[in-house]
Amino acid sequence: MTVDSVTIALVGSGGAGAMTAGQMLLDAAANVGWYGLMSRTTGPQIRGGEAAALVRLSPTPVHGPGDRFDIIIAFDWQNVERFAAELPLSEKSVIITDPSQGEVPAVLAASGAKQVELPIKELAGRIPGGRVNMVGLGAVAAIVGLPRAGIDAVIQKALGKKGDAAIQASNAGIDAGSREAAGWNLGLELAAPNKEGATRWNISGNEAAGLGALKGGVKFCAAYPITPATEILEWLAPNLAKTGGKLVQAEDELASIAMCLGASFSGVPSITATAGPGLSLMTECIGLGVASETPVVIVDVQRGGPSTGIPTKSEQSDLNIAVYGLHGDAPHLVVGPTSIADCLFTTQWAVHLAEALQTPAIVLSDQAMGQSRAIVDKPADAPHKANRLLATDLGGEGKYKRYADTESGVSPAAIPGMPGGEHTADGLEHAENALPSSQASDHQKQLDKRLRKLTSHDYGDAWADVEGEGEIAVVTWGSATGPSREAVRRLEAAGTKARLVAIRLISPVQPARLAAALDGVSKVLVVEQTHGAQFHKFLRGHYDLPGAVSVFSRPGPLPIRAREVHETLVSLI
Amino acid sequence: MDTHLTDDVVGPLPGDYKSDVKPIWCPGCGDYSVLAGITRAMATMGLERKDTVVVSGIGCSSRIPAYTSVYGYHTVHGRSLAVASGVKLARPELNVLIFGGDGDGFSIGGNHFLHACRRNVDMTYIVMDNQVYGMTKGQASPTTEADWCESKLTPEGPGVNPIQPVALALACGANFVARGFSNNPNEVARLIVEGVRHPGFSVIHILSPCVTFRPEQRNWKSTVHPYGREPTDDPNEAMRAVLEDDGFGLGIFLAGNRRPFQPESAATRSIAQIEEGFAV
Repeated sequence: MTVDSVTIALVGSGGAGAMTAGQMLLDAAANVGWYGLMSRTTGPQIRGGEAAALVRLSPTPVHGPGDRFDIIIAFDWQNVERFAAELPLSEKSVIITDPSQGEVPAVLAASGAKQVELPIKELAGRIPGGRVNMVGLGAVAAIVGLPRAGIDAVIQKALGKKGDAAIQASNAGIDAGSREAAGWNLGLELAAPNKEGATRWNISGNEAAGLGALKGGVKFCAAYPITPATEILEWLAPNLAKTGGKLVQAEDELASIAMCLGASFSGVPSITATAGPGLSLMTECIGLGVASETPVVIVDVQRGGPSTGIPTKSEQSDLNIAVYGLHGDAPHLVVGPTSIADCLFTTQWAVHLAEALQTPAIVLSDQAMGQSRAIVDKPADAPHKANRLLATDLGGEGKYKRYADTESGVSPAAIPGMPGGEHTADGLEHAENALPSSQASDHQKQLDKRLRKLTSHDYGDAWADVEGEGEIAVVTWGSATGPSREAVRRLEAAGTKARLVAIRLISPVQPARLAAALDGVSKVLVVEQTHGAQFHKFLRGHYDLPGAVSVFSRPGPLPIRAREVHETLVSLI
Repeated sequence: MDTHLTDDVVGPLPGDYKSDVKPIWCPGCGDYSVLAGITRAMATMGLERKDTVVVSGIGCSSRIPAYTSVYGYHTVHGRSLAVASGVKLARPELNVLIFGGDGDGFSIGGNHFLHACRRNVDMTYIVMDNQVYGMTKGQASPTTEADWCESKLTPEGPGVNPIQPVALALACGANFVARGFSNNPNEVARLIVEGVRHPGFSVIHILSPCVTFRPEQRNWKSTVHPYGREPTDDPNEAMRAVLEDDGFGLGIFLAGNRRPFQPESAATRSIAQIEEGFAV
């Protein structure tokens, strides 16, 4: 008897190596052909403090976190109370605990989960250079039936440079853990992997966003570090350099967005990445990008807010500021990736759209996608590239109109180096020739064209992921898509047809497309991770939702789980 | 017969760098003369209009880009140096100049000034200092005297000491620092030419009177004086001398030799090669 999905938490305060063990578990599972997802939960400490690697493995693609943890293995129990709510258990779960680390905390023991003792520290201590996390990895591998060959490859890759002694110590630790766990018969052996199909990738959402920027044609990034977006910037630094681009560290987010606008004004596709506090600082310059029609892409990896909030944990609560945060009537693009792998597609698309429409694009990722790592089928190549409409006929001395009122609303751009295109791009309202104007007619004309270029563009099928059929539909976005998708499929597997609409193009809104996607639907469930039901209110403000509408909305840091969405759907039927 | 004066080729004239937009400035504003100095400097250097970008923030002097005939970007309050840095870092072959005032540069843009000085990107910052916010009709700026009581916002005076822009620029690591006075556009032009030609970040502090809100600044023409020393390439020597200056000495304080910041990159990998790193 095997299971189709197993969810494991490797818990340990900093230094125990829980994250390393989780990473190796995921990599080893990928090597043998399983899919997987590893997210992380940590406190704000740089080193030390509570930490857990949360790994879900399956023979089929993993969309989101498991319903509950099948296995918790703890190297110690320090501060675990701080995130115990993120570790749902049941009586079917197994807690593997080291008796030398004291009793299982009551908050976890109360679940009724089976407790199994494993003297992790003692076993590691018997091995020269032995480490507790390798003992734990060995135990977990034995429980889920992970073939040893998969781990060997990971050990060789991770420790090959450190020499034979390090490899032997790790192997001995893994063997010790595996030997102990071999006889437990916990019934958590994972179904056989399926190595068929496409090449698999091992990628995080932040890496995927960086790759999407490169594939879209970004050549400039100005960066200011902020959790949980920094990995995008750190990934782009070497990889932009290798592809002929540049990354510059700025003094603050005010500067990073301003530098990007400068680079973009001079014709170079540009990106920056930040989180809520940084986005707040950037909003004035994003408005400048709107008014001066200067493309730029901002990836906001959302975290718990407001203010400093919960920097290391996920939430979808920057929706409002991304859509409505600019002063004035300032139409711009807001898009949201619907999975870790989709961070690639959506960021690449955002680069394309920003350049095509000469306006800022905000990509709303979040911590749950950005800092999680998944084993996925290699994403298909998308055609989207930066391709700004440049002026070809500048019309002679002084004739060029930077903000020409064209039918599409997109004005052919002149960039430095083009003779005859000299003009001053301006955040002041302006006439078609770019000169400042406070006249009513110019304001109306420019507002109209800046809106028209967004609303008249054909965004194609990428506006949303639309799946399934039936009279009940989940409407969601961002990282809430994964658990929603899994819930819809469970419903379908049990014989009830259902639809999923995960909106990728948040702004501008697509009322006709959503109406078509929801045609024939009598019940809608909106799923999102905010306290204020921001997405639901956004939908209500811009769309007609058919039939009875229910909302599943909860703030972070608790991730939305498929079981919760599924139960809500069942209650609605 | 060839009617062209081929033997007597003249370079561009200052007027070639002017647009036909009429400035919004008050009669007597110092910025008119600074604009004249800027276009004169551009003509002297023969800058290609298509390859020249001028960037500004918000304020009276920040209006200058639209009064020129080169590429310009009139941005938001305080961020001109960051925008300009993006232009120059992304397109190093462009000539980049920044125009602005004391409030834009030293108050709301103070952090960017600090970092522009230490970053030392090869561009030239012309900051017109009139010790007042003119566009908002006369409030104290970071260079206003503590006891200036003419503003409704601070009727008892701002009560805080002004900064010294030249000393600040030196302290933050600017590579070329000079001061001019708007009444002498030829000298302003000379300082700008020197600043543009000098590698790295050049700060040209220009005393430019606001005759509307600081009419007493008309007297600056009798207050200014030559700085009286040869330019040094030693920031320590420049700093010691500047600390003894009364804020009205005109000339070049520092022509340093720090290397400009200009990261280079060359494509050595394809994206497909980079993607291979993700394969299981």
